[in-house]
Amino acid sequence: MISSHTPVLIPLGFLVAGLLVPLAGALRRRLAPAVAVGATGLVAAVSLAGLARVASEGPIRYRLGGWAPPMGIELVLDPLSAFMASVVACVALVVLVHSLRVVEHENPDQAVPFYAAAMIYLTGLTGMTLTGDLFNLYVFLEISSLSGYALLGLGNRRAPLSAFRYLTLGTAGASFYLLGLAFLYLETGTLNMADMARILPLVPERSVLAVGLVFMTVGMGLKMALFPLHGWLPDAYTNAASTSTALVAPIGTKVAAYVLLRLFFFVLGPEAARGELPLLAAVGYLGAAGVIWGSLMAITKSELKRMLAYSSVAQVGYIAVGIGLGSPLGFIGAVLHTVNHACMKACLFLVSANLRMRQAHTHIPRFDQHLRRAMPWSMAAFALAALSMIGLPPTAGFFSKWYLALAALEQSNWVFLGTLLASSLLNAVYFFRVLERIYLIRPADPGSADVPHETGALALREVGGSMLVTTVFLAVSLLALGLLNAWIVTHLIRPMLPAGL
Amino acid sequence: MLDHIGGHYPYYFLAALMVIGFYGMLSKRNLVKKTVGMSILQSAIILFWLVAAYKHEATVPVYDQALGLADPSRYINPLPHTLMLTAIVVAVVTLGVAFALIIRIYQTYRSLDESVILDQIE
Repeated sequence: MISSHTPVLIPLGFLVAGLLVPLAGALRRRLAPAVAVGATGLVAAVSLAGLARVASEGPIRYRLGGWAPPMGIELVLDPLSAFMASVVACVALVVLVHSLRVVEHENPDQAVPFYAAAMIYLTGLTGMTLTGDLFNLYVFLEISSLSGYALLGLGNRRAPLSAFRYLTLGTAGASFYLLGLAFLYLETGTLNMADMARILPLVPERSVLAVGLVFMTVGMGLKMALFPLHGWLPDAYTNAASTSTALVAPIGTKVAAYVLLRLFFFVLGPEAARGELPLLAAVGYLGAAGVIWGSLMAITKSELKRMLAYSSVAQVGYIAVGIGLGSPLGFIGAVLHTVNHACMKACLFLVSANLRMRQAHTHIPRFDQHLRRAMPWSMAAFALAALSMIGLPPTAGFFSKWYLALAALEQSNWVFLGTLLASSLLNAVYFFRVLERIYLIRPADPGSADVPHETGALALREVGGSMLVTTVFLAVSLLALGLLNAWIVTHLIRPMLPAGL
Repeated sequence: MLDHIGGHYPYYFLAALMVIGFYGMLSKRNLVKKTVGMSILQSAIILFWLVAAYKHEATVPVYDQALGLADPSRYINPLPHTLMLTAIVVAVVTLGVAFALIIRIYQTYRSLDESVILDQIE
């Protein structure tokens, strides 16, 4: 009985939690994080169960309020949306467990609003993945964006300004999406994705469609920080509180990338997206430019969080390259990279949160060997995630790049292949720079590694319980994702390939 | 040519409005003016949906004895209007969040001029 309601339970669970968190917080402040983590755990379990059910029994369509699809709104749990919702819920669960101590440490006064905003944020993201209606998608997009601005506005002195810039650009992106949708709606008279997919090939006015699709692509490009629309991302991620970044960075931009996948391959159809209007190619080449530009900028940054933020621009570029290739292998690479990068980036940002907790800075030139002695597990997790970002087997990052490279080879697209190879080298440059400092550079003062650091005994300890477990769990999951990639691709990603690709 | 303009002038007006809004967002230094630009852009897009759904000499989609049900072209499609009601709510909430952030920025820097704020950050 429950399983046929799975599509609506996922966003609804987060929404109810978003309402319960302030109530629980008003009762007892310590209750708020517990409610948030508990609800996220429940929703993660529901979405994984939904994923298993979809894999065995096929998609579930849920009619909101009982209204039949072309008129009413439907939520669709098909292999792709079930997969994305599971990734969002599971990564969010790990990050929120980790956040319990960080929020208490960094912003104890804002804990209740923080968890409420996080729940609303996850409502929006899971809603975007599950909805089968293009206007409903806009509404969920704005729900997630508005709470995202609130989350990223929490942080150091500069955070409100960078969040404001994100707000203006994000609103422009959402407005462009809405404008593009107007063109599509006026030509087809429907907002339902399945209905739109049926009617679009019959529309005679192709130029109107082209204008609409370009507006929608630009809007989503702004949301997913596709080069050159990534301007808001580095500042917003760097200045926000550790947990906000760890929550927004791994899953926020991925969901916008998912919307592009949905729009190109399921609504428009691969043939049309590739053919009359070179939208796929444009997204792919912009992604390739973003890969190189993001990596180059990451090399020049001396602040760990800023470096990771620029590397996010590069990693979103990989997904865009996968979309741009427009072939089954490219699609697999893009989807696989979505989950891999969500785990890698979450792990790296959790390590940076651990560093801020114990060292009170994440300035790379000040890293040295005593970090490795003080925090061996966090640093090992960082090293593993860094190797995965560079793409060394058997970590997860290798396999998504492998599929993307195979797809590029298959189409003899040497530009994309060269980009993938060059970016691995660039990734190696900026990650080995950090790893070298952690593992090889001796502390400036020979004695300072053994005697307590000047910030006190606190600085020499590894982070405690929940923070350490989650960080190491994500690092181990990268190995697991890498070793299980063949299973994931055959059982989860192959069934989601759209017809005609 | 004149016919074309006569039939389409709202679209030219809305295109101009969008450009004005976008220009305000990008080039004004004052954060409140940026927000005004953002609001103009959003309103222009909302109006675009409404203008596109408008039909000459048609009426609200409530059953009218004089018109009957036979001819749907006499009624205006209610869906775009309903959707834009949601979009207006979204726009209002965006404005609220923007002003909240602006208040925080003003409390920190005692200024709303972007160049002054950037000077303080340097």
